[in-house]
Amino acid sequence: MLTSSGNLVRNSAQPVAGLIVPDSEMDSYSTQYLFVVVFLAVAVAFPLAPLILSRLLAPHKPTPIKTDTYECGLTAKGDPWVQFRVGYYIYALVYVIFAAETVFLYPWAVAFHGLSLGAFVVMMVFVLLLVEGLVYAWAKGALEWK
Amino acid sequence: MIDESLKSELQKQGVFVVSTEWLYNWGRKSSIWPLQFGLACCAIEMIAAAAARYDLARFGAEVFRATPRQADLMIVAGTVTKKMAPQVVRLFNQMPEPKYVIAMGACAISGGPFKDGYNVLKGVDRYIPVDVHIPGCPPRPEALLHAIITLQEKIAGQHIDRTRWYDAEAKTEFPIPVCSEHDLLPAANPEVWQPPKDYRDVTNEESVKKL
Repeated sequence: MLTSSGNLVRNSAQPVAGLIVPDSEMDSYSTQYLFVVVFLAVAVAFPLAPLILSRLLAPHKPTPIKTDTYECGLTAKGDPWVQFRVGYYIYALVYVIFAAETVFLYPWAVAFHGLSLGAFVVMMVFVLLLVEGLVYAWAKGALEWK
Repeated sequence: MIDESLKSELQKQGVFVVSTEWLYNWGRKSSIWPLQFGLACCAIEMIAAAAARYDLARFGAEVFRATPRQADLMIVAGTVTKKMAPQVVRLFNQMPEPKYVIAMGACAISGGPFKDGYNVLKGVDRYIPVDVHIPGCPPRPEALLHAIITLQEKIAGQHIDRTRWYDAEAKTEFPIPVCSEHDLLPAANPEVWQPPKDYRDVTNEESVKKL
């Protein structure tokens, strides 16, 4: 109950909604989940309220200009469902070969003088594997723009 | 209707009694979201007004939207060229109702120092209804704040039962001018703007009468 001064006055004999009860039985593990339920209810209601309110209050007046796809003041030209060539995808894949190579080559080159012959051979094998992939892609005609 | 003395008595006790209309307008005037676009140097002042020193956020108008679909207010900040005018009107048409316009600076009001330019629109109010005009070249950020407060006062004075934006029949679109060979067509929207009567139109007889 709210008084004029805004203080919450509670009759000690009657618990409010069973939330704060000094009874030891109510402190049990399952009862504490009640707070989670209350939290969830508020968490759902809080974002839903403005959505419902705006649906009720907002004037709904769609016009062809308002529902236009483009919203920069210019008129839309052509179809927004533009299709990109699948060739871009293959180019991007081939690029990944070089990107991965660079990531490993830089630290290897920086520490080159301190490395053993084994490290050199391992890196050459790695580069050879990647070059092999590139040659394969090249031979398959992936680098030709048709 | 609750009488004023009871209202103030309740207010002292921490109970606020307001009308639905007041709440409705309070919500609208406290969250005027402007459309994010600037046309010329006035936009710099608009940005300054939105930044920390002048802090437009104090008036709830700091949420500049990059899309007209989420904007309530169009701040025409700068020179509207004839090439830009169709875009400005189209953006205004894309904004949802209720929508407001602030013409910021001499250029947006009348063309300003570029009034004699062949490519400058002599005032954005020729095509869209302007709610608040801010004079200045450019107006200081305080002037924009004053315009926002003026607009808030206007919003607070509007009545739900007399608004037109819930009326499905009410016209919401303003004709978009077309760039033709020599000038924009039409040169103005006669529904929102009428050319002022030129002194040369006044006949000698009429001016003698006025004297």
